[in-house]
Amino acid sequence: MASGVTTAAVSKETDRRAAPPKPARSGADLRWARAAVLPAACLAWLLATSAGWIAPGRFPSVPEFLDALRQIAVAGYADGTLAQHIGHSLKLIGLGFLAAVAVGLPLGLAMGWSRIVDAVAGPVFSLLRPIPPLAWIPLAILWLGLGDGAKIMVICVAAFVPNVVNAYAGVRGIDRSVLEAAEMLGTPAWRGLAEVIVPAAAPMIFTGLRLSLQTAWAALVAAELVGAFLGLGRVLNVAQQDIYPAMILVGMATVAACGWLTGRLLEWAERKAMPWHASARSAS
Amino acid sequence: MGIRYTGHPPMGPGRAAVLGGIGLLGFFGVWTLASMATTGLPRLLPGPWEVLQRAAALLGQPFAGDTLPGHLAGSLSRFAMAYGLAVVVGVPLGLAMGRFRPIEAVVAPLFEALRFIAPIAWVPFAALWFGTGVGGPVLVIFAGAFPPCLLSAYRGARLVDPQLLEAARMLGTPVLRTMTEVLFPAAIPSLVAGLRVAAGTAWQSLIGAELIIVSSGIGYLMVQGQAQISTATVMSGMIAIGVVGVAIDMALRQAEHAVKVRRGLS
Repeated sequence: MASGVTTAAVSKETDRRAAPPKPARSGADLRWARAAVLPAACLAWLLATSAGWIAPGRFPSVPEFLDALRQIAVAGYADGTLAQHIGHSLKLIGLGFLAAVAVGLPLGLAMGWSRIVDAVAGPVFSLLRPIPPLAWIPLAILWLGLGDGAKIMVICVAAFVPNVVNAYAGVRGIDRSVLEAAEMLGTPAWRGLAEVIVPAAAPMIFTGLRLSLQTAWAALVAAELVGAFLGLGRVLNVAQQDIYPAMILVGMATVAACGWLTGRLLEWAERKAMPWHASARSAS
Repeated sequence: MGIRYTGHPPMGPGRAAVLGGIGLLGFFGVWTLASMATTGLPRLLPGPWEVLQRAAALLGQPFAGDTLPGHLAGSLSRFAMAYGLAVVVGVPLGLAMGRFRPIEAVVAPLFEALRFIAPIAWVPFAALWFGTGVGGPVLVIFAGAFPPCLLSAYRGARLVDPQLLEAARMLGTPVLRTMTEVLFPAAIPSLVAGLRVAAGTAWQSLIGAELIIVSSGIGYLMVQGQAQISTATVMSGMIAIGVVGVAIDMALRQAEHAVKVRRGLS
């Protein structure tokens, strides 16, 4: 398997970690500025739209945004209320993500563990991997139509690759002496897998889970934008056709919030699953 | 008998090639069998040979307004425009963020907030603001390529040896020159890796944008293939996307290597 894949995935991950701003050594004024940026941006939005500096058809004003939010939350928009759209999208994400983990994780572990599995599955995997997940959308629609099945397939394809790549890298990166110790002590295979290999590869596995959750959301939004009956992508799609900027913003904000929340959920699960790794993560 | 955790000894290239061949043979075998099993149904799954023939035909014969190379050229020019824009905006901004704390303090929170929005979710606003011709897709691709550009430049600038910056300051080097001659060269190792990641995300966003709002390019070819229930056309498009994606990645890998060699890093 191409090692470049792994480094790309890893460097994305380090990007993520490098991103949160570190507290400035030079003083409290910068920390203050940092905290003020987002409120200031909201204020600028309020001012710019109410003063008419931004054409109303281009970007919604704050009241328009709140009206749209109320409309979709109470009366519904694009054949459902906000809660229904969110619930539907979350269900698809959950199913696709679980399917990808259920297939990708064992495959990645097996490829990392056994050179034979790697040699057999590696070339097929390298053949299919360059096809971006979103390119599967038309095929998914041809096979499964515009319903839920096609979305789950696309999400599953999208989330599959990071799982395989990172589980593989995780197993390959395990300290050899740990494995040799387990082998020398005569640990049975299933115990070695459950108590040595998976825990040692867990940080990389979780990196894969986080990356695949991100790509899963992107895939879901794209698949629903192409065509759907319910879901957040459908909200965006209908709002685009209605030329309804406030509702577009509501849809984008909701997608971002959902992506953020599921990411936090995964981080929580990561801390629970790897208490020994918690101190390293809480620093970031 | 316990299993060998340390794995099997590295196998020779010959054995690996045989096993890899078995894997590929199995893959194409299952594909062919599955396509033969579904022959009676509407053409859900054309066989590998059929797809290859279709791809070869598309090289010369126009579909959805253009030939396959024509669509690819359209996609690539869109890609180049947006990617170039992301590099030109993201790299200087990232370097400045890494060097000047006040800039970082202002940009980082905004960037962090916006980054939770998937690039593809910009499609409706992109279409509304810039139309579906050139501008809209460029914004979507830009949204995909911009974050890795900015982050790799930022990370690179943070890793610069402070002594170099102090020396530059002591020698009275102007700010702009410090950026171009101290900060930028020092950030190159991080940058080249980030720019390659950015090309991947940009290519991916391009496909998404073309599936949804554009009426030319390789994504549009696939949409049309789907509309006409021509699975072979859709699969040809997927192959073309994969091949071009790999070619872009390889070209950038070469460039990365060349840069590193020239700077004596490898």
